Amino acid sequence: MAQLWNRFRAVVFGVLGVAAVVATWDVYKAFGPEQGVLVGDTRVLPRTTDLAMPHSWEMLQRFGEPVTGLPDAPDAIRAVFDASMFSLGLAARGWLIGVVVGMLLALLMSRLRIVESALLPWVILSQTVPLIAIAPLVRRWGSEIQIGSYVWSSEDSVAVIAAYLAFFPVAVGALRGLKSPDKTHLDLMRAYGVGWWRSLITLRLPSSVPYLLPALRLAAASAVIGAVVAEVSIGLKGGLGRMVIDYAVAASGDPAKPWAPIFGAVAVGLAAAGAIGLLGLALRPFRLTGVSTQ
Amino acid sequence: MRRTLKLGAAAVALAVFVTGCGSEDDGKSSSEVDVKQSEDCQTRTKEARDAGELTEVSLQLQWVSQAQFAGYYAAVAECYFVDEGLDVNIIEGGVDIVPQDVLASGDVDYAISWVPKVLGSIEQGAGITNVAQIFERSATTQISFKDKDITTPADLKNKNVGSWGFGNEWELFAGMQDAGVGVDDINLVQQAFDMNAFLAGDIDAAQAMTYNEYAQVLETKNPDTGELYQPEDLNVINWNDVGTAMLQDAIWATTEKLSDPAYEEQTVSFIKASIKGWAFVRDNPEEAATIVAESGSELGQSHQLWMANEVNKLIWPSTNGVGTIDEEAWAQTVDIALNTKNETGATIITEAPPESAYTNEYVEQALAELEDEGVDTIGADYAPIDVTLKEGGK
Repeated sequence: MAQLWNRFRAVVFGVLGVAAVVATWDVYKAFGPEQGVLVGDTRVLPRTTDLAMPHSWEMLQRFGEPVTGLPDAPDAIRAVFDASMFSLGLAARGWLIGVVVGMLLALLMSRLRIVESALLPWVILSQTVPLIAIAPLVRRWGSEIQIGSYVWSSEDSVAVIAAYLAFFPVAVGALRGLKSPDKTHLDLMRAYGVGWWRSLITLRLPSSVPYLLPALRLAAASAVIGAVVAEVSIGLKGGLGRMVIDYAVAASGDPAKPWAPIFGAVAVGLAAAGAIGLLGLALRPFRLTGVSTQ
Repeated sequence: MRRTLKLGAAAVALAVFVTGCGSEDDGKSSSEVDVKQSEDCQTRTKEARDAGELTEVSLQLQWVSQAQFAGYYAAVAECYFVDEGLDVNIIEGGVDIVPQDVLASGDVDYAISWVPKVLGSIEQGAGITNVAQIFERSATTQISFKDKDITTPADLKNKNVGSWGFGNEWELFAGMQDAGVGVDDINLVQQAFDMNAFLAGDIDAAQAMTYNEYAQVLETKNPDTGELYQPEDLNVINWNDVGTAMLQDAIWATTEKLSDPAYEEQTVSFIKASIKGWAFVRDNPEEAATIVAESGSELGQSHQLWMANEVNKLIWPSTNGVGTIDEEAWAQTVDIALNTKNETGATIITEAPPESAYTNEYVEQALAELEDEGVDTIGADYAPIDVTLKEGGK
């Protein structure tokens, strides 16, 4: 009973949280100064005109209207949903690649200290390269790849770019996790004469779970951002990134329209976080083993 | 434990499902535009493809699908390329895709880009050649509301002047320089993809392409009247009139490959079919706008038609036949590229471009062949249509 109440409360507070954001938006729009709030020449709060801040209900309403005036144009909600699923799919591919690569790197680094010394700086350096610099390169290099009947597509480029962002937290988090077991536990393993593989599976991997879960969640967020930004960058059609660019043209004449893909991106982010939450539940039994309080 | 397994299975199933959503079924890369062809043309394309009569050719656009490129879409949709033995893949651009770089690295066969942007790349070593100057006139303008009273470049002094930068600013700077207004004399504002900053008054004079941003303003309700903004509300500085226009959309080919007779022949065919496509757009702007829309452009219907019509005005009527590179206009573009300084004091190029930067050799052949076929490549009596913009360009 108490558990049910807790769940109910969580839902209520969740809804209240969203309602509070919406209310703040509309209250500010109604009562805020039309020119926004300026400190010196810097605008710290936005203008409240219909152009800058469409009413929340207008943005909602826009979802129900056709995207363009073409006779067979889909409703905005349909278009945004399709684009969201497309971007989510690419982000998921990127996430999977990123997790696999990140885990492998972490395993290598935890196995051999020399690999860690050699690789870790590069892993960190990799994240300082701006995405907009590598996106066109990935597309260009990718276009040279052809394995049998498989031809590299722009989707693959986007997934790789998403993976490029996603592998980092996994590599760093998993490395920390794999090295987290107590010295005493490792000594015990050694005393039993257990090999590296066995102690990896029975001790190191389970004890890395508490470090891995936040890393996976970060990776999911990075993968979504990576996918959307890469779509913008290389102009891949079908996803949210491209939609943001396409709809920006309507920002003046149809101000609610450019918000539609932004809500799509929010939904994708929530779905990705939710999926990791599920994964966390599945991994729950491992969270208790092998970890001492830090 | 069983619950855990179920949850794990659910998560895996979700991941697989979602991953599946991302993959396309047709096996075609999504950067390639799937141009909607008429049924007749579809069959012809398929037959020619199966018979192995077509050469695959790829064209890199400067930006995403829109009527700015309607001629090439029409050439695909109406089978003009197929008639010439070409199977053309149109590849869309993106924010970070530089068409001349894609072309120079050999990933595509042709690219569409502006001359001043490419001149910079050529100086840095890109070996590419302008083989057809499709747009004769420049579409870049600087627009302002009537009450700002900005009618000449000299009036820009001490004003908030918008520009997108990234090579879109040179005509503006050249016009100002001629009028004695330095880059320091204006407040240069970075302009976004939309016109909100202009409408909100943050920008006094905003950069606007006749075929896009200018229409965006005219698609917006004027809060004072409750009607859409009208052309009468705006002052337009047109760089063609000022005399600092630079050449825009041109077809670029790889210089090195132009020594190969097969590529030369293919280039003539490509230009020929493209010009034929543009003639189609001239005669059927509504149909052309529909072709572009059905090929995946997200622009509103009236906005798309406006764009097709405005792009026509940049091409037609043509002085020497579409695609011919006018020596005077080329010289003007190069001169501005050499002598106009931007806000950092840099110019686009520091020395005159090599002779290989443009050639009329192929376009002249294409025009001669088109004349034999009776295609009008001058359009002397071309008259634009009237397009009524709807709110939001719908």
